[in-house]
Parts: sequence; structure tokens; C-alpha cells
Amino acid sequence: MTQILLIAIVVMIFVVIFQISKASEYVSVLKGEDKARKQTNKINAFLLISFLIVGLIGVWWCNDMFYSKTLFPMGAASEMGQKIDLMLYITIAVTGVVFVITQILLFWFAFKYQENDDRKAYYFPHNTKLELLWTTVPAIFLTVLVVFGLKYWFKMTSDAPKDAVLVEVTGHQFGWEFRYPGPDGILGKKDYKLTKGANSLGVDFKDPASLDDIHVGVTMHIPVNRPIKFVINAQDVIHDVGLVHFRMKMDAVPGIPTTLWFTPLYTTEEMKVRSGNPNFVYEISCDQICGKGHFSMRGVIVVESDADYKKWLASQQPEYYTIFPDKKPKMDTLDSTAKSAPLSAKL
Amino acid sequence: MSTTVILQESDVQVGYDTHQEHSHHESFITKYVFSQDHKMIGKQFLITGMIWAIIGGFFSVIFRLQLGYPESTFPWLEDLLGHWAKGGKLQPEFYYALVTMHGTILVFFVLTAGLSGTFANFLIPLQIGARDMASPLLNMLSYWFFFSASIVMMSSLFVQTGPASGGWTIYPPLSALGDASSGSKIGMDLWLASMAMFIVSQLLAGLNYISTILNLRTKGMSMTRMPLTIWALFFTAVLGVLSFPVLLSGAILLLFDRNLGTSFFLSDIVVNGKILPNEGGSAILFQHLFWFLGHPEVYIIILPAMGISSEVLSVNSRKPIFGYMAMVGSLFAIAILAFLVWAHHMFVTGLNPFLGAFFVLLTLLIAVPSAIKVFNWLTTLWRGNIRFTPAMLYAIGFVSMFISGGLTGIFLGNSSLDIHLHDTYFIIAHFHIVMGVAGFFGMYAGVYHWFPKMYGRFLNNTMGYIHFWVTLIGAYLIFWPMHYEGLAGMPRRYYDFSGWESFKMFAGLNQFISFISILVFAAQLLFVFNFVYSIFKGRKVTTQNPWKANTLEWTTPIRPGHGNWEGEIPEVYRGAYDYGKDGRDFIPQTEQIGENESHH
Repeated sequence: MTQILLIAIVVMIFVVIFQISKASEYVSVLKGEDKARKQTNKINAFLLISFLIVGLIGVWWCNDMFYSKTLFPMGAASEMGQKIDLMLYITIAVTGVVFVITQILLFWFAFKYQENDDRKAYYFPHNTKLELLWTTVPAIFLTVLVVFGLKYWFKMTSDAPKDAVLVEVTGHQFGWEFRYPGPDGILGKKDYKLTKGANSLGVDFKDPASLDDIHVGVTMHIPVNRPIKFVINAQDVIHDVGLVHFRMKMDAVPGIPTTLWFTPLYTTEEMKVRSGNPNFVYEISCDQICGKGHFSMRGVIVVESDADYKKWLASQQPEYYTIFPDKKPKMDTLDSTAKSAPLSAKL
Repeated sequence: MSTTVILQESDVQVGYDTHQEHSHHESFITKYVFSQDHKMIGKQFLITGMIWAIIGGFFSVIFRLQLGYPESTFPWLEDLLGHWAKGGKLQPEFYYALVTMHGTILVFFVLTAGLSGTFANFLIPLQIGARDMASPLLNMLSYWFFFSASIVMMSSLFVQTGPASGGWTIYPPLSALGDASSGSKIGMDLWLASMAMFIVSQLLAGLNYISTILNLRTKGMSMTRMPLTIWALFFTAVLGVLSFPVLLSGAILLLFDRNLGTSFFLSDIVVNGKILPNEGGSAILFQHLFWFLGHPEVYIIILPAMGISSEVLSVNSRKPIFGYMAMVGSLFAIAILAFLVWAHHMFVTGLNPFLGAFFVLLTLLIAVPSAIKVFNWLTTLWRGNIRFTPAMLYAIGFVSMFISGGLTGIFLGNSSLDIHLHDTYFIIAHFHIVMGVAGFFGMYAGVYHWFPKMYGRFLNNTMGYIHFWVTLIGAYLIFWPMHYEGLAGMPRRYYDFSGWESFKMFAGLNQFISFISILVFAAQLLFVFNFVYSIFKGRKVTTQNPWKANTLEWTTPIRPGHGNWEGEIPEVYRGAYDYGKDGRDFIPQTEQIGENESHH
């Protein structure tokens, strides 16, 4: 019923607009088209200048309303991210000034030079000096932005420091898997053809380096203030590791491993305070369309102190023992790194 | 030049014998369906484009409903879409199918075929002084290939597994593997087949436009006297002819990977528990092939809009376009650079950073010719005597949108910022403003301006003004706040954000955007109504040159027949922009240079 009512109202509005439009056309014929045209010209000129004023206020208002919801107030959670934020600010400032000036000129000219019987249009076909001016000034500004941008670009895409914590990230429809190299610091080899049953990442357990590797899903733990390096894979289609709080992003491409690195500055607990949100979590979003579950491909990163991280890592069981429980040595705890290192060497 | 003239003279007879509108040699079929008259073909492109625009726009309204009201159900959706909206709730697969089709339709079928298809066909012969295109037959074929592509694309909406749903960029492996997504089954094959036909249509049309502009200009119409619309359409055609074949090659390789077991784009894949034998392919290779077209494609959309706006701004300011040669030069620069920036869509694919640096530099270089154009448009308005026809308002709106959307390109072209903003709502806002809305505004400016030439009647002004103001305000209300969502990292192509701690705070804004988008869509229906109504009942054009413009199309009869000019094709003596010169309001291109005329 409400739907029919709604449709009826919409149709009514259309009919009213149509009638008004027809009537105004007849009126303009009666009044003399020239006179009618001049009147609508005035109305439109007024609307254009009003649009400018209301629009600029609206831009301000919109900023007021949504700035707090962007990531700026809580700041970037990685070293590089803070530089990116600074560059975002600078770019917003530069383009903002250009935006305001050009929009004002556009609508103000339109208003000021609306048709008027007393004025003749000024014949002004070209002026080389002016044209050179607005070729070179933008070029200079852009050069500055390019130089800064590329400086950070090369830094962001540079090789990770040698002491970086290594985590392998694998995307699949629709979730994330993480693998840590274990005490030996080396990720075991993989072959996608070995992907079967519990061995969901296709790890080659003939490679001794794989025996101490730790495999976790959904939630990743990393230490604060240490460089973190991701080696990124995808199993089926292209995914993308999106780390909004660290201002990092990298595609996960089947068959072509990619890497990224960053240094987290705040633990999850610290970010809860900084963001004023007690439920704050670092999330990994998939940023490349990957199928019907794309929107739900969520991962979580827990950033914690180095001590907490080591404690967590020690509590994890190598994947090898999860898949082959019978191979597990009869020990109550495996929390000592010293114990598991010779284990892998032995096997 | 002399050969051109002879060609033209022979055309006089051919054009005119077949024309004779009143003697009715043409049947309904040859006049309205399989027409070889460039004006009719232009209208065919326009009307087909409009039908597509309604469909594509309606899709966006449906998926905006899901984004704005993720908790609600709409029983009428189930009546409309069947099992795709079970229980009145749009299913994720179909949400992605709608997003994909919205992009495909709007980018290719509306803003490419509907925009340059319409105006290149309609304006090129009229504005350069030719009886018709160099090859009317190819021209007709180009429309019918487009039509066939449309039929195939539309049929993909009705297959059981649904149309393509991997995004309009159809990146493999998602688009290559039916196991990965139901939209990658038969729907994807239909998508590729449709695009192949579409590309053939673009190539036939483009070659025709180029050869017509180069060979069939009337006496005196040197290249530097051509209106900017023609320059823009010329560069558009060059871009299309050089870049569309690359997409065709990508599409064919993808068809091979899908159906013949090749591994161009596939390697090391486990999908749905199945281990695929493909090794050694590169999924990234497809992206290079795609964006080698995909980037010039955005200029294929925006250049005609620029050309149309330049012409409309000049005519209605009663002033010459400022810096004609700079305008041509900047179009040329944009066309060249369009080919050298494609990898800026791929900064997060693991691209070699050194290579990426070149693409940053070349991408930001495009801002320079773009800035020249903006400042020249502003100076064209300065000290003019401006008439606000609906076309003029759209041209002003175009400049406003081009500024707003162009500036955010400076963020995205800078790779280090792009890492954060890539595939977020920031890019959605950017390309919808600079390519979508600006492209549409250019198209509307053109339709309102040349409608009298197309149908011998005017569009209703009042409806035009309402259409403009709702669209301008609505477009800003929809897309401006999206920048904030993007700065917060909110990813595009998400069906539902409610499960995300980082993105769920924009629920209210998403609802607002969805609401406005429905209003704006309704305003477009008002335009469609105005268009159809005015074809039959609009106010009749009574003067040959209603806008007091200089260009040649206004020297034809009010409703030109096939062949355009009744007598000989007029000769041209000057450029298209002598407005306000020597105290005269306008001096048509056909008027000889006076003895005392000032030189500039």
C-alpha cells in the first residue's frame, strides 16, 4: 500500500513539474522570448553564485562532520604512515587552495558577467604570457609533490631491514592465513600441488625448514616498534592485504609472491586509547574484489609488546605437529625455543 | 586541398540524389533502422546510450539500497530479481554482478558509445562541412556491431548463473575461473563476446572519424580552423583505434584461458579444493593489457566532453574560446600522455618501484595540460556576456566537476599516497566526479545544445533547469563525502560494512548517499521524459541559427536531410570562434575576412 502511495506521489511530482514547465514555455511566448530569457538568465546567475556560497559552506560543514571519522585524528600507526599522513595534509592544502580559487572564479565570473544589454563581450582570443604562467606554476607545484612522493615511494618499497619479523600472509576465498618461520627464521618451501586436507597451505614438509613453522588463521600477532615484513601469496584469485592504520597495501597474486614492510608504533591497547574506541582492532581488509565473500574477508592484527609477542609465539605449536600429531614428541610444553631448534635439525 | 574539393563536388550529386527528403525514396527501414545518414546514426547511438544509461543507473540505485540499508529487506526486489534477491534482500553474488554491470555499461556503452558515438557521428560532417562520413556503410556497421554487443551484454543478465561479477576490470584469475565465482561462468563468456563486438564497433567508427576529419573538410576548413569539438573527437578516435585492439587481445587470451586450457594469466592456483594444472602465467600481465586500453578509455570519455564544453562555453559567453591553439595543444598532450600512464592503476600489484616512479611522473604531468584547459575555460568566461541556456549550465558544471575530480587525481597519481587510497571510496569519488559526472555533464551540454539541430525542436527549458540543478547539487552530495570514507580507508566493492570495526561508522552517511542517489536518478528520468516529449511536441525551431553560433552546422536547413546542405557546401574563411570581434556579436565561419578587420 505504501508503495502504491509512494509511486503515486512521485508521479504527481512529475506531472506538476511537467505542467509548470509547459506553462512557463507558454508564458515565455506570450511575454516575448527575449524578455523571458533575460529573466531566467538572472535567476540562474543568482543560483550559480548561491551554489558557490552554500557549496563552500557545505564543504566546510562536511569536513567538520566527517574529519573525526577519518584516520587523521588517531594518526597513523606506522612510521611510514605518519609521513604519508603529512604528505596527504600537504597535498590537501595545495589542491584545496587551487580548488577554492578556481571554483570561486568559475561561479563568480558566471555571475558577474551574466548577460547584460549594456555590456559587450570583450574579444580576448589569447595571451601568451598568461598561458605560460598557468603552464609553469602548476608544473612547479607538481614537481615538488612528485619529488616528495617519490622519496617516500622508494622508502616504502625498499627492502625490509634484515632484522624484520617475517610473516607469510596467504589470501584465499575468503580469509587470511599466516605462517611464522619459527626459531630457525626460515619459512619452509611450499608447492601449491601439495595443498590437500589439513595441509591447506601446501607446505613441503620434506624441507627441514618447514618443521618449526607456525600456522595461524584470522588473527596475527606482531611486536610493536620492530620492522615487520610480510611475504604475500594468494591461492586462488587476486586478493589485497589492506592495512589502513599502517597506510600500507599490497596485492596478493597467485603465483607471484609480493612483499611489504612497516614498523608498527602503537600496540592495539595503545590504539584503543588513541582512537577513543574501546573496541579498536587493527584489521586486514581485502581490497581487491575476489568473489562473493570479498566484503567479509577480514583479518585481525594484534600488536603487542615484544615480551607479549614472544610469549604468544612460544605458546603456538608448529604446524607439522598439528598435521602429523603422531610425530609430536611426548613433552608437556614446547615453549622453549631452545628445545625446538635442535628438533628441526634432527629431523 | 584541391583533391578534397573534388571529392566534395562529386559528393554533391551523390548526397543529393539519395536525399530528396520529400520524394520519399527512403523506406522506413533505410531511413530509421539501417540508415547510412550520419545524423540518424548519431541519434541511434544517443538513444541506445540513453536506454543503457537508464539500466546502468537503475542498477546503481539497487546496489545503493543494499549499501544504505544493509539491515532492511525490500519485498519488491524479490518480485523484480527473483532468487537474486531472496526474501527481498540482494544476494552478495548479485550485488557484485550489479556493480560489474553498472561499471561496464556506464563506461563503455554509455560514456563511450553514447557520448563520442553520438557526437562524433552527428557533428563531424556537420561541423567540417561534409555531406556524410567517409564511409557511411562502415558507419552503419559500427552502430550495428554496437547494437549486437548490447544484445549480447543484455542477454548475459538473464543466464541462470548471472552476468559477469568480477568488476568491470575483469581481472583474472577471478574472471577466468568459473569455480571462483558464479559470474565467471557463462556470464563472463558473454561479457567477453559482447566486448569483442563492441571493440569492432569502436574500430570501424574510429577509422571512419579519422579519415573523415582528415579528408572531407570543406574548402577553407584548415585543421586550425576546426571547432574544438572536432579536435577533441579526432583525438578520441585516435586513442580508441590505438588502444582498443589491446583490450581485444587481452579478452581473447582470457577466452583461451577460460575455455582452451591455456595459462596466459593463470599460475599456481588452488580453487575450491581443486588443484589447477596451470603454471607460468601472470595475472598481472592481464592488468597491463587491460589498462593499456583502460587508461586511454577515461580520456576517450572526457575528451569529447571537453570539446563540447569548450564550444558551448564560447558560444554562450559570446567570446572566443581563450587560447585556441593552447586548447588544441593540451588535447594533444593529454592524448599522448594517455598512453604512458596505464600502470598508475597498478601501484599496489608489486610493480617494480623504479618503473612505478616513471608512471608517477608521467601521470602528474597530465595535470599540466589539464590546468591549462581549466584556466582557459575560466578566462573564456571572464568579461563575457553570458547566456545561461541549459547547455551552458552543464558546461559550467562540467568545468566545476573537472576541477573537483581532477585535483583528487593528484593524490592518486602519487604512488605513495595511492597505496593508502587505492581501491577505497576515494577513488570511487575521484573517477565518478572526473569521468562519470563530468562525462555526463559534457554529454548533457551537447544534447541540450544540438537537440534543435537533431530534431528541429527545443528541449523544454524549465525541465532542463530543474534537471541541471538537481543533478549538480545531487552529484556533489553523493560524491563529495565519499572522499572522507576513502581517507578512512573504506574499501570499494564491499557488500556490507557492518562487520568491520574500522568502517562501520559510516553507516549513516551511506544511507544519506543512497537516498540522494535515488533523487538524482529520478531527475535523469525527467530528462528522458523531456527528451522523448520534445522530439514530438517540443517548441519548434524557427530560425536557422538559434544560438547565434559561428560553426557550419547552423548554416544547414533547420531540419537537414541526407547530404546536409541543399545547395553547395559553404566555404570557410575563418576559425570557429570569432565572437565579439570588432564589436560584432558573432561572425560565422562562412563570412569572408573583411578588409578592415583587425588581426589577432
